[in-house]
Amino acid sequence: MFLDLVRIQMPVGALTSITHRVTGILLALGIPFGIYILDQSLQGPESYTRLISLFDQWAFQASSIVLIWALAHHLLAGIRHLLSDIDVGSLLPAARRSAWIVNVGGLLVALLAAGALL
Amino acid sequence: MLLFILFLLTHLIADPPHSYAAWHDWMSSPAVNVVTSVFVVALLAHAWVGVRDVVMDYVHPIALRVLVLSSLVLYLTGLGAWVARILWLRQG
Repeated sequence: MFLDLVRIQMPVGALTSITHRVTGILLALGIPFGIYILDQSLQGPESYTRLISLFDQWAFQASSIVLIWALAHHLLAGIRHLLSDIDVGSLLPAARRSAWIVNVGGLLVALLAAGALL
Repeated sequence: MLLFILFLLTHLIADPPHSYAAWHDWMSSPAVNVVTSVFVVALLAHAWVGVRDVVMDYVHPIALRVLVLSSLVLYLTGLGAWVARILWLRQG
């Protein structure tokens, strides 16, 4: 069995695929944070103001950017998957190209989010 | 779910709620309430399908798998109950 961890290269599609899983788990773990924000935003004027000031904390901004990246990647990879289910872009060259688009597109959205938040 | 995310983003960009009252009023309108509820149901159902598939790929001993999947059900129904409380049983 070839298992030289230094020389093994993951094809770009494999990276897209495993990241789709990781981001999915990340997003599932992020749901309670989103619900907490919704809850605090509707509890009353004081908790609303407290929540808005929380938006300026770097820890909040950093985790938001990570979750937005996760959402963008997961969404794009999901659309790519649906397209390949109906035989759009299933052949290797197109699949590799779309995998690159997904990986880079997710990072671009995260960059946009960072620009908007910071 | 994508449509809801775009809907929410469009609202937040086009007409950002500058006060608690504005945000509260918008969230309290029946249409937004219903659309948000539908989104949350779809989100939790999607989380169930997705995490279940990942668990079944990596967790093989049947007892452990049952334990993990039942914890997942508990987690997701708990989140659903929390949102139901916020969206439907809120005071004021």
